[in-house]
Amino acid sequence: MSILEGIFGNRAVEQQPPRVCKKCGAEIPYKEYVAHHCICTACGTYLRMRAAERLDETVDAGSFQEIDKKLRGKNPIGFPDYQAKLDKAEKASGLNEGVVCGTAKIGGNDCGLFIMDSAFMMGSMGTAVGEKITRLFEKATAQDLPVVGFITSGGARMQEGIFSLMQMAKVSGAVKRHSESGNLYIAVLTDPTTGGITASFAMQGDVIIAEPKALIGFAGQRVIEQTTGEKLPAGFQRAEFLLEHGFIDMIEERPRIPYTLAKLLSLHRRAADRA
Amino acid sequence: MAETKTAYERVQTARSGKRPMGAYYIEHMIDDFVELHGDRRFGDDPAIIGGIGFINHIPVTVIAMERGDTIEERMKRHFGCPKPEGYRKALRLMKEAEKFRRPVICLIGSSGAYCGIDAEERGQGEAIAENLFEMMGLKTPVISVVVGEGGSGGALALGVCDTAVMLENAVYSVISPEGCATILWKDAAKAAEAAEHLRLTSYDLRQFGIIEKLIPEDGKTDREICSELKRVLLSEITRLSQLSPEELLSARYEKFRKIGA
Repeated sequence: MSILEGIFGNRAVEQQPPRVCKKCGAEIPYKEYVAHHCICTACGTYLRMRAAERLDETVDAGSFQEIDKKLRGKNPIGFPDYQAKLDKAEKASGLNEGVVCGTAKIGGNDCGLFIMDSAFMMGSMGTAVGEKITRLFEKATAQDLPVVGFITSGGARMQEGIFSLMQMAKVSGAVKRHSESGNLYIAVLTDPTTGGITASFAMQGDVIIAEPKALIGFAGQRVIEQTTGEKLPAGFQRAEFLLEHGFIDMIEERPRIPYTLAKLLSLHRRAADRA
Repeated sequence: MAETKTAYERVQTARSGKRPMGAYYIEHMIDDFVELHGDRRFGDDPAIIGGIGFINHIPVTVIAMERGDTIEERMKRHFGCPKPEGYRKALRLMKEAEKFRRPVICLIGSSGAYCGIDAEERGQGEAIAENLFEMMGLKTPVISVVVGEGGSGGALALGVCDTAVMLENAVYSVISPEGCATILWKDAAKAAEAAEHLRLTSYDLRQFGIIEKLIPEDGKTDREICSELKRVLLSEITRLSQLSPEELLSARYEKFRKIGA
């Protein structure tokens, strides 16, 4: 639990309150909760992981080097009450923004890594999130590194107006350059991945992995129901639905994801590095 | 030029049923237009008109959102909201333009990407994502013009360009004012207030450096607006055609790279 201890402090991990399953209401002591990959020990529901928790179970111990940790969002269109929302999100999440970026090793393989965190304004993308992910892809292109991205997001961040919409294009440009340099990008879609994120870097991976039952879609379910008057089929916009329709490569259970990533990264290592 | 209308008045003008959309500009700017149909994958989306033609003797590919005039036509074109096959047709025609070294003109005017079960089943998000990704590397000039409502990701899917143009009364936003008001204040009736805060007018976007050209409309006839747009397009085509593919792509990358950097 090195990373969690680094974030919470050794004693603080012990003092973390138990987590409550949003589905069955079970109370799970925090240590047990992270040992079970943030999956409810009573009913098996995948609870939403914090970036630090994901990092802790994904990367090789001591290998993560965070970049742009201090990069913060501004209020580019002067949207009312937005600064107060940012301050509140920062306090509640302990993060400066909705994504954590850096370089790491996964199963001995070097990579660029970004992990979105829904505790910061639902992981929505404003200029700070867009800039951090763009810089990560640019750094990975310059250093010839693959990128792994753990994605969860409510979409573009409305309070940044047109600037947030344009981040979709900006990140796509960086993903395109990274791709043209012959490097691998693996997108891991977790619950929920929606809106402008689905319509940009979530769907641009060479390999796209999803967690079981994760909600993944473009339009919101209530909006579709209200607009069309149609009743949504069972399992609509869930990971299984996307696999059936050919939009993701695989569904992986959470505990297996680090191993699958290591395997895929190693399969894409340059011949010279494999020797 | 000073701001003379409220943001919501511009939203309403951009959405007006009488406002010319893609087909009008094709008819009045493009000679010998040949419409090309289908995405070669699933179907043909009538919400997007694609084809080739001459603009002052220069062959161009035109990709235009169109909602239609009569109610029958609007039903057929599902009110100008493109489905995944529309975005895929657009990309197919852009790739053809690249092959034949034709500039691409995109005309944007839609409340957004089509919202429905079938669109999700066929990967609405993937279709838009693929356009953003591929347009960033398209080795031919792309000029995007917002002529009506530029509704979020569904508009941006034709908006990755070298030169962004807006008509004066067009708007371009991450979310509709109604959607924004509903989320923030649980009250769609506060859309006018949300429209002001979203900073979605052509003047706002020019001030932010998101668009390069603003075509004045107020006090002008549709034909006058159209001929001014044609003049701007020709001058941009001439300018962009002098760049090498590398210079073009590098400038396109930087245009978006600097937004919110």
